[in-house]
This record gives sequence, C-alpha cells and structure tokens, in this order.
Amino acid sequence: MHRLMIVDDSKLIRQRIAREYDADTFELIGTAENGADAIDLFEQSSPDVVTMDLTMPKLDGIDCIEQLISRDPSTKILVISALNDTSIGIEALEKGAMGFITKPFSGADLKAALKEIIDD
Amino acid sequence: MKEENLRVFLSSIVKYFAHTSDPSVNVGAPYLVDEIKDACKDYTGLISISGDYNGVCYFSAPAVLLRHLILSVGETDTSESMMLDAVGEVANTLSGNARKELGKGFEISAPHITKGLPTMETEGEGNRIYAIPIQWKSYKAMLGISLH
Repeated sequence: MHRLMIVDDSKLIRQRIAREYDADTFELIGTAENGADAIDLFEQSSPDVVTMDLTMPKLDGIDCIEQLISRDPSTKILVISALNDTSIGIEALEKGAMGFITKPFSGADLKAALKEIIDD
Repeated sequence: MKEENLRVFLSSIVKYFAHTSDPSVNVGAPYLVDEIKDACKDYTGLISISGDYNGVCYFSAPAVLLRHLILSVGETDTSESMMLDAVGEVANTLSGNARKELGKGFEISAPHITKGLPTMETEGEGNRIYAIPIQWKSYKAMLGISLH
C-alpha cells in the first residue's frame, strides 16, 4: 500500500482527489493546503506518493517539490495544476516530479496518472 | 489586450464545464465594462496577473451556480467556505489554462476570494474589462479579464 499525501490550496480539489484515488493501492496519510504545511506533514508522516498543486500561498509547488525531493529522492510526485504550459511541466519534472496532469481532470485521468508514477 | 487573446479564455471555459455533470455551457459575446462591479455576481475569485502581462482575471458567480457545481463534482458540503473555495478554484483553473497560449510570462497569483464586490481594483485609467457572460444550466456567471 502506498502512502499518499495531497497538497492543494483548494479544499474542493483536496476532497475530490481524496474521493477519486484507488483505495486498493493508496492509503491517504494527510492533506496540506500550502507548501509549508506540506513540508511539515511530509516530515511527520513520510508519504511515498504526493499530489502537488503549483500555485499556492506561502510556499509554491515548484519550491515544495524541490524541498520534498531533497528530504527523500525516492518520493513520487504527481503535479496537478491549472497551469497549462509545457515549460512549467518541464520545470516540475526537473525538480523531481514524475508526472503532470492539468486541471480540470477526470477521476480516470487521476487514477491513470497515479498508476503511471508508481509503476515507473 | 488583444481581442484574439480572449479566445483562449473562451476555450478554458468550455473545457472546465466539460468536466462537470452537465458539459453544455453557453459562452456569450464578450463586452467591455469600466469596473468589476459592472460585471459581478454573489461570489468572486480574482487572480492577479503579472510577468509579461499586468492585470486581473476573475470568475464571478451566483451562490446557486456554485452550490450546483460543488454537488456536480460529488461534494456534499455546500457551505459558504466551500463556495468561496470553489469560485477561487474556477478562477485559478480558467486563468491557469490560458498559459497554454499566453505562455509562461502569464504569471498568476493564488486566488483572492470575496463574497460581494471584490475590493481589488483594476489598475489605471483606460484599463477596461472584457466581460464574458457564461450560462451553465439556468445560471449566469461572468469571466472578467483586464490585461495590459
């Protein structure tokens, strides 16, 4: 069972992801509404899979990815963002993310992207 | 702002509602208004734009649309805090999707969310707002864009 952490400043999106992931494969260990809270939760709970928004207050997603990967390079991070351009996707991958889907997304999009990063 | 830039926002609106329970959304012809209050509903999510562009992009909707939208994605909590969250998330998604054509120099803030009239003003005289009417189900919302 993979330990999943959800990071997004929107409660609606956090709850949506929490409802849609494959419960046979993932166990939700917690959610965070900004990058700074995500770092704290990561250190307390050691998730191995993270969904990460990019545009957030306090600490944005790109900086948060960098900090999570510096703590544990094996962490598998799926970016879920409204930012729909290739340059930000490439930047996230260069920082250590393993996948990227854009909002709005379907439940099937989410399940497929999560499966892809854990199978990678 | 060039009128052709509006096309990407129209595409973003259609794409967003395609992921709801009712993908049929009607997008009206954009028109110009002088102030946000001229094209504003009950709740507004406003994104500040910086980088190669300066200005704002906002989504404004009545409470009933937001309640229906929240329920349509499977969420049962339609409290005011969730409606504020939803209006901000729609604004974030519609403006974020616009980077596909406007590029990485189209930098967006986290959403400023308000019930009632937003306190943030568009900067400078002559920076009028393109208001794009949206009808989803029987509800009318608005996307406003002011870029310079």
